[in-house]
Order: sequence, then structure tokens, then C-alpha cells
Amino acid sequence: MVLKSDVHPIKSADDVVRVRQVARQWAAELKFSLVDQTKLVTATSELARNTLEHGKGGTMRVEQVENGPRRGVRLTFEDNGPGIPNIERALQDGYTTGGGLGLGLSGSKRLVNEFEIKSEAGRGTTVTIIRWK
Amino acid sequence: MDRIPILKMGDCLLVTIQVDMHDQLAVSLQEDLTAQIAKYASRGVLIDISTLEIVDSFIGRMLANIAAMSRVLDAQTVLTGMQPAVAITLVELGMSLSGIKTALNVERGMELLRQYIQEENEYREPDGSEE
Amino acid sequence: MSSVHEVLQKNEGAILSGWLAEMAASTRRSDLMGDTELRQQAAELLRLFAHAARNSSDTTSEAFSATREYLREIAKSRLDQGFTPSETAMFILSLKQPVFNSMRDELESDPTQLVAEIWTVGNALDKLAIQTVDSAVEFRDQVIVRQQQEMLELSTPVVKLWDGVLALPLIGTLDSARTQVVMESLLSAIVETNSQIAIIDITGVPTVDTLVAQHLIKTITAARLMGAECYLSGIRPAIAQTIVHLGIDLADIQTKAKLADAFGLALSRLGKSIVTAKPATNITSKPKDA
Repeated sequence: MVLKSDVHPIKSADDVVRVRQVARQWAAELKFSLVDQTKLVTATSELARNTLEHGKGGTMRVEQVENGPRRGVRLTFEDNGPGIPNIERALQDGYTTGGGLGLGLSGSKRLVNEFEIKSEAGRGTTVTIIRWK
Repeated sequence: MDRIPILKMGDCLLVTIQVDMHDQLAVSLQEDLTAQIAKYASRGVLIDISTLEIVDSFIGRMLANIAAMSRVLDAQTVLTGMQPAVAITLVELGMSLSGIKTALNVERGMELLRQYIQEENEYREPDGSEE
Repeated sequence: MSSVHEVLQKNEGAILSGWLAEMAASTRRSDLMGDTELRQQAAELLRLFAHAARNSSDTTSEAFSATREYLREIAKSRLDQGFTPSETAMFILSLKQPVFNSMRDELESDPTQLVAEIWTVGNALDKLAIQTVDSAVEFRDQVIVRQQQEMLELSTPVVKLWDGVLALPLIGTLDSARTQVVMESLLSAIVETNSQIAIIDITGVPTVDTLVAQHLIKTITAARLMGAECYLSGIRPAIAQTIVHLGIDLADIQTKAKLADAFGLALSRLGKSIVTAKPATNITSKPKDA
């Protein structure tokens, strides 16, 4: 169940810094431990950079969600870029097209509790992550 | 555009990263540092990140690059003050930065650099091929 | 349900004493609760039930909210007193017999209504008993969760062996949740005490599987990123064999068989050594002038 939500644009490098701060605020509001906050913010940084660089910009939706007694932060990164042709391969450690270390997607998956990616060639990519308290 | 200040202390360079960095800032730090190492023939580089709240794969890669580039320019890099939460996250992310020397704080980091430079000098002096 | 309520009110005294007699015969635990308190609880519950039954026969309805609330309290207090959930349920269920008895006497003339009413009131009491068991279990779960947290905190003592040397003696099985707590408390202790070296001692860990080994490697890698060295000690021969059989690579990690060996290594890394200053005192005889 979604308790509240907000949408932020990711159009520039400054926006990546901004959405990181948003993720931290929302995590701090739920009194996440420092380690959990750091994990969520780091995943946000990775995914927001992907949205900007591979997806040619997009948005981040941030939501406070509830599942029974648990509360968490759900982040949805959405772009209308070229999409990812082979998701399986993109999720492997060390696979990169951007000249990085290839830890962006696979690494952020390890930093959160739930991770879902949908991508269609030519239509764009949507990545949804949840970190529970 | 903002730049991260680099301080010169004898044969060492000192950088304190305090701001929530965006990627361009990280790239320019990498350029500035290598330029200054070459200019002053620095033997050691100390990067303090004790106030940095996150290190993602981009920043991690930049730190690894700086260490490798310094090495090529004959300078040793020490990374100091990484916070526990940042370290745990970085390991979970899959980055161990195994090529970088680390220290708990700036003081320890400087000790480590001094020690390293001294050892290097002792190694170089006997045959007098250096200097 | 009006007639149930009438019967209950009219025969309150008889039902209460019947109930207490019923309990005395079956599930009475006089070691846990005195007569006065039991009588008070029974009387109060009977009063609430009779009142609620006037308006509804559905135990989940608003009319029964006071009854449910009271039963939650009973579930909690009885749990603290040491009753089992089934004993608490029997407390409510043993009300059935005296209520049925009174209804049989009152509705003798109309067997059809008697059966219907007995069915309704029996059903209501069953449901209340189940709800009370649920509350008791819920309270017990809360206690378990709290104890687990307390155990987590207790089970990870980070001790200082020397200036700059910490030790973390691990005892018991390591799971993911516990390892995260262990990891965090060790790493923050490193920062707080400004220690360059930390020793994780696993003498008290019964088994090391791939997952536990990975957690240990992660902790040690994180400590290294922060600028501290981490040694692993107390590896028993059986565990050494398991580690090799599982193909776990501990090549980058400094391991020692005993905590004492790791401590010795730590001291030498800090440029310290232990020397004999004078002959050992005979510790079995008491010092003469002390």
C-alpha cells in the first residue's frame, strides 16, 4: 500500500545529486539505520546515473510503502531511452557498455530488498527497487 | 564550476572531499590531482573522505583511478576516514578497492605515507642511481 | 439474542459460582492465581459478556469491543503469570457448562429455542476463546522478538585487548541478521577506539558454511577499506577442512589458529613485544606482603 509519493526529474548531473538527497530524506523519515540509508542512497545514485546516461534522462518516483507491519521506501526510475537489449547480461557483475565497472545494476540489486527491471528496446527502461525498514 | 581544493604539504598532496560530489567534480579532481603530482613531483597523495556519506561505483572507480595514475607518476595514494556504513555498502556493491592503501584517519594516513616515502628513499639511496 | 442476555442477567450469581466450581474441578491453577483475583476476573468478564450479548451475537461486532479488550488484558496478564494459552482458553470455555445449565432450566418449555440459543452462545464463547489464544500467542511473539534483539546485542561484545587492538569473540550460529549487527558493531568500535587491528575469533562458532564465510570476508574487507587490519582466529581443524571442501577462498585474509597467536601478530605489527621482566611468581602460594 502506498502511503505517499512524489516525482523528481533526472535531467542533469545536479538532479542525480538531488534525488540522492531525496532518497536519504525519505529513508531518514522512516528511521532507517545509517547503514540501510547509505545502501538505499548508493543504489539511488547508481540507478539515477543509469537513467541519465543510458536512458537520456527520465524521472524518479519515490513512495513510502506499507506491507503488513513493514514500511519501506520504493523508488521507480523511468526513462524513454533506447532500452536494454539483454537484461540478463546487464545484471551480471562486470558487464558494462558505459565504460564503468559494470556494477551499477548488479550492485544496486544487492543493496536493496526488492529489485525489478523492465525494458523494451526503443521504448525505455523502468527499474523499481524497495528497501524495507 | 566548483573544484575540490588540493593542499600541498612538503612532498605530499592533501585532499579532503566534503561535498556531495556530482560526477563532473570527481572527474576534474582526477585531472587536477594528476597535474599537481606531476608539477610538484609529489611522492604521496592523501585523500580524506571522513565526511563523505556515500561512495558509489563511479566515485569508487575514480578513487581507484587516482591511485593507479599516481602510482604511474611515482606517488603513493592513501585513502583515509571511510565511514563504516560507507565501507559496508561499498563491499556489498562489489567494490573492494584492493589496490588502494587505507588508514583510519588523516594522522595515521600521513604516518603511513612518511613511512612509505622513507622506505623508498632507503631503497633508492645505496646505489645512488636516483636524485 | 435477548433471551440469552436475560438468562445471563437473571442467573448471574448461579452461573458465576457454577463457573468457578467448573474451573476448580478442571483447570484451576491456584499456584498461579489467587481465588479473589480469579473471582474478580470471572465476574467482570461475565458482566461484559452479558452486556454485549444484549445487542449482538457477533463477537467481532462493536458491541463486543469491551469484552475483547478485557480478554486481551487477561491474555497478557495471564501470560505474565505463567499460564499456557490453552489454560487461558479453558478459562473462557469452562463458562459454557454453567451457562448451558441455566439456559436449560429457563427454556425447558421450548426445546427448539433452547437448542438455537445454546448453539449461538456456545459459538460466541468459542470464538472469544480463540481470539484470546491469538492474543496470548501474539504477546508471546512480541516477547520472543524482544528477546532476540536483546540476545543480538548481548552476543556481540567487542573487547579491547590493547591500545589499537580489538577482539570480537563470536559464539553461536551466525545468520544474516546477526552477522549484520556483528559487522556494524565491530566497524563502529574500530572508529570509536581508533584501532588499527581487529581480531575476529570464531572458536565458539559451531559451523562455517559458505554464507557465514562470505559475511566474514565482507566484514574483513570493509574493515580494510576503513584502514584497519582484521585477523581471523580460532579456526578449528574441522572448520578448516570445511572451508577447503567448500572452496572458500580465504587467501587474502590473515588467519591464525588461536586468538593468542593473532594477538601476538597484532602486537608485532604495532612494533610491540612481550618480554619476561622477572621470574614468574609462584601463583599457588599467597604473596607474603600484599
